[in-house]
Amino acid sequence: MPKFTPSELDAHKAKLLAAPAKKAVIKVGLNTCGDAAGAQPVMAAIKEEVQKAGLDAQIVKTGCSGMCALEPLVEVTTAGAAPVQYGRVTAEAAREIVEKHIKGGRVVDAYKVPSVGDMSSEKPVPGKQYRIVLRNCGVIDPESLDEYIARDGYQALKQVLSGMTPEQVIAELETSGLRGRGGAGFPTFMKWKLTRASRPGEQKYIICNGDEGDPGAYMDRSVLEGDPHAVIEGMIIGGWVIGASQGIFYIRAEYPLAIERIEKAIKQARANGLLGKNILGTGFDFDLEVRLGAGAFVCGEETALIASIEGLRGTPRPRPPYPAQKGLWDQPSMVNNVETLANIGQIVLRGGAWFGAIGVGRSKGTKVFAVTGKVKVSGLIEIPMGTTLRQVVMDICGGTSSGKPVKAMQTGGPSGGLIPASLLDTPITYEDLGKLGSIMGSGGMIVMDESDNTVELSRFYLDFSVDESCGKCAPCRIGGTQMLRTIDKIVERKGTAADIAKIRKIALTMQRGSLCALGQTTPNPVLSALRYFESEWTERLVPATKK
Amino acid sequence: MTVKAIINGIPVEVAEGTSILDAAKKVSVKIPALCKHPDLDHTAACGICIVRIKATGRTLRACCTPLENGMEITTHDPEIVNVRRGIVEMIMSKHPNECVTCARNQNCELQTMCADFNIHTTDLDNIVPDLPVDATTKSIVLDPRKCISCGRCIQVCQKDQNVWALTFMERGIETRIAPAGDISMAESPCVKCGQCSAHCPTGAIVEYDEGPDVWAKLADPELHCVVQIAPAVRVAIGEAFGFKPGTNLTGKIYAALRRMGFKAVFDTNFGADLTILEEGSEFVERFAHGKGELPLITSCCPAWVDFMEKYHSDMIPHFSSCKSPHEMVGALSKTYYAEKIKTEAKKIYMVSVMPCTAKKYEIQRSDDMKSSGYQDVDVSITTRELARMIKQAGIDMQSIPEEQPDHLLGAYSGAGTIFGATGGVMEAAIRTALKLVTGQTPGRVDFEVTRGLKGVKEGVLEVAGKQVKIAVAHGLGNVEYVINKVREAKQKGEAPPWHFIEVMACPGGCVGGGGQPYGVTDELRLARAKGLYQEDQAGMWRCSHDNPYIQKLYDEYLGKPLSEKSHHLLHTHYNPRPQYQR
Repeated sequence: MPKFTPSELDAHKAKLLAAPAKKAVIKVGLNTCGDAAGAQPVMAAIKEEVQKAGLDAQIVKTGCSGMCALEPLVEVTTAGAAPVQYGRVTAEAAREIVEKHIKGGRVVDAYKVPSVGDMSSEKPVPGKQYRIVLRNCGVIDPESLDEYIARDGYQALKQVLSGMTPEQVIAELETSGLRGRGGAGFPTFMKWKLTRASRPGEQKYIICNGDEGDPGAYMDRSVLEGDPHAVIEGMIIGGWVIGASQGIFYIRAEYPLAIERIEKAIKQARANGLLGKNILGTGFDFDLEVRLGAGAFVCGEETALIASIEGLRGTPRPRPPYPAQKGLWDQPSMVNNVETLANIGQIVLRGGAWFGAIGVGRSKGTKVFAVTGKVKVSGLIEIPMGTTLRQVVMDICGGTSSGKPVKAMQTGGPSGGLIPASLLDTPITYEDLGKLGSIMGSGGMIVMDESDNTVELSRFYLDFSVDESCGKCAPCRIGGTQMLRTIDKIVERKGTAADIAKIRKIALTMQRGSLCALGQTTPNPVLSALRYFESEWTERLVPATKK
Repeated sequence: MTVKAIINGIPVEVAEGTSILDAAKKVSVKIPALCKHPDLDHTAACGICIVRIKATGRTLRACCTPLENGMEITTHDPEIVNVRRGIVEMIMSKHPNECVTCARNQNCELQTMCADFNIHTTDLDNIVPDLPVDATTKSIVLDPRKCISCGRCIQVCQKDQNVWALTFMERGIETRIAPAGDISMAESPCVKCGQCSAHCPTGAIVEYDEGPDVWAKLADPELHCVVQIAPAVRVAIGEAFGFKPGTNLTGKIYAALRRMGFKAVFDTNFGADLTILEEGSEFVERFAHGKGELPLITSCCPAWVDFMEKYHSDMIPHFSSCKSPHEMVGALSKTYYAEKIKTEAKKIYMVSVMPCTAKKYEIQRSDDMKSSGYQDVDVSITTRELARMIKQAGIDMQSIPEEQPDHLLGAYSGAGTIFGATGGVMEAAIRTALKLVTGQTPGRVDFEVTRGLKGVKEGVLEVAGKQVKIAVAHGLGNVEYVINKVREAKQKGEAPPWHFIEVMACPGGCVGGGGQPYGVTDELRLARAKGLYQEDQAGMWRCSHDNPYIQKLYDEYLGKPLSEKSHHLLHTHYNPRPQYQR
């Protein structure tokens, strides 16, 4: 393929869109989740059947649509009809679907499941999904640059490079109100602005934080696997705005498919003049490389991440200096989360005001969550900010799987907290979740029903954080272990009221004394469980005896 | 640029970039801190120095947070004090309660912190790990159980000394200090400089204690125990006895050593004078007569020699072949002195008292250290070990009258004394080189360009109409710059950037040695160095060649500098150790 100029990119897009549609399109979700659920044999069976019957059908390997509980997923669109989603498809079922639906034109009701479309709306409304970040996930073949280009891919980059100033891009971001999706919610425009202003003319770096590690959270993996070019496009725009010529994808090594797809996409972009020297013929040079994380959760913290790239032990260091001042190899650097970067292209194309109109208060746009636990339909969802927790459980995820009432929800992973059923009408915003002692976090969300136990859930998260403490600073290194031992005592029903007081004291020491957010927030799950479900703790204590 | 802020209601103005911890000192507020050492960059490891920022209500670490304009800071309130206490309790829960049997008893920063916070009970579980002690270097001893993971040793080993022997292994509660790769300290790149032990706040890294062995030898009627003290010992040991830093206790140390049972008390300063005659002659040979490569690089620091053999062995042709001063005295004690007192060399037991942990390694570094036919120096103890032995011996250092050394190997010039400070070897060598080249002692013998704590000091001196370019580096982290320049010039076939280079592994030179009393800071290094320069100024002889006992030694025994006998007893060889690579 040629190296694109802006006009050639448009011409290529027009050509792709003008291509005649196949009579039928069969999409098979083949992210890590689909693969694990057995989508490979399904794909093979479909290919075989289509070929055998000589059908005019396009078979597409897509990313994950988010309906993870229903994998393997097969979506069939025949000419003139709405897409039909089939779930928990086996190879046998796939053959049946080809036979009956593609060949015979009859929907196979036995395998039909709700689709993302059923839960989404064209406009952002509460109680429905609205897809910006996930707009291509489960829709396009992530390994096809053409499919990305056909869906407005690299249009934002083109727009930025052929007419916008960096300041204009930053202004759009400011208007959009986009905040860091890694969890902390720092205004993205501010990060870009500060890094752009820092030491102009010097070597700078943009880094994509793909070290997603919260237990049960896989938003970033899904985006990297399902729409890699969207993240790459965000990186190139970010690099151009801050004045970087080099970007680095830091992806945890446990995400081999994400790494493979990103590497493939980088090669495609480079081969087509979208990356490397003289991007889109505009004279802008920027390239990307992939570095792998070695399994430490704390390397998702930006300064630890930078140390890890430098080949040092992955431990956080004090800020200031912030990476914008002194980051990778001591140069100005900007670390953005995968989901944040995946928003950039759409904000540029559709305008900051469009994005800013979605959401409430200071929480704008959408947020992707991985909803797990006791819900009917678990998986990945993208909702407008301000959607309530109840809407997520009841409207989007179909209520609890057990039919029992919701007891609590957990957001923010090991740094977050429990929110009791009585507060389910809380809108999902950075501020509202924070007020309840939890956090937005990166997007983990666990639903508990009344058979669940908050002592054990908070112990699970604490155990995770203790295991992942880097060991650099005393409050986190020792405090976490001491707290865990105390909780174990309570779980074994050997604890006393003094142990509850001890937990609170350790928690305060960790919150105030820890260097990084990992240590500061480690006590959150435990503290919120104590706050809302104290009786679950006290009933496990050894009763006070009279002396 | 300065910043103005308010600490505990008191206005403060400091230079931009000053940490809150240092700014608070300016208004007489001492924020407790355990991991921060005044010498080193913050490691931000303990969290005890937290303070509250009024605007956000958040707590931040004072050690690593620069003061900002308009900040309002509270350094002490009930919650902050509780959190600090909580952290100390946590650290103690993972620290063995072995204070009374610990080398740092009564001299431990953690112990002091516990006393300040009155931590006598805790409700935390005792979770001291079971980890083995590493004494494989026989110079410094690592007890990772006592480590509080403050990171100072790693900071100093990696960043300041550029040795990279120590690192953190594992993570979380399992975090521990160890040589990278979990090999033994002896196998590691460790050069035994002991700066880790000098900066450790607890007893996790201490010198390899050989005091008991020395007592046993002193009690052995078959042995003739002799001793020598290094230049830097005399101006530091007083700190262990309540003297002001830098107080020169030479005469009192001699007296104490005799009371301890040593038959002869020598002074390494004599060896330093001898080194200058040998090394000065070596320099003149190379500089004036073109025999050997330039620059000449000093070799009296064993940690530097070890470092060079490991990482810069291409510098071997540049190294002075002179042994270090105490090795020279050791060799002469078992030859020259033994003959004088008509005693068999094997009965002589030579103890060196050094500011240094690497000397423990040096005494066995090669067969050249057995030039008398026996190990020339039998044991090397640190200043800290001697201080303890003096206390064990019940000697009152405050009141003990001063004595003289045994002059045969104990008389010395001011040039020998200043060996203990960075730049001192260079200055002493220049004094004698001038004499060797011109035949005259220079009128003014102070060469201030070599003095002070700047990491690399450079200067140009006139010697008989020729320019001698010198460089002085201290702290191994400063060596790379100097060595690289030499290497570059060599590769390009250019004239060397310097003719003579002095290197000391420890910041400040031997006064800041790894075996010196604890609590070293630049202030202390300067005070100790000042003590040495004062003695130099006040002495009868300022140049090594003016020391009559050195002249006597050459007349009676060695012949002349660089003679065959000198070479046999006073010089050594170096071996590259390619298994160590960067």
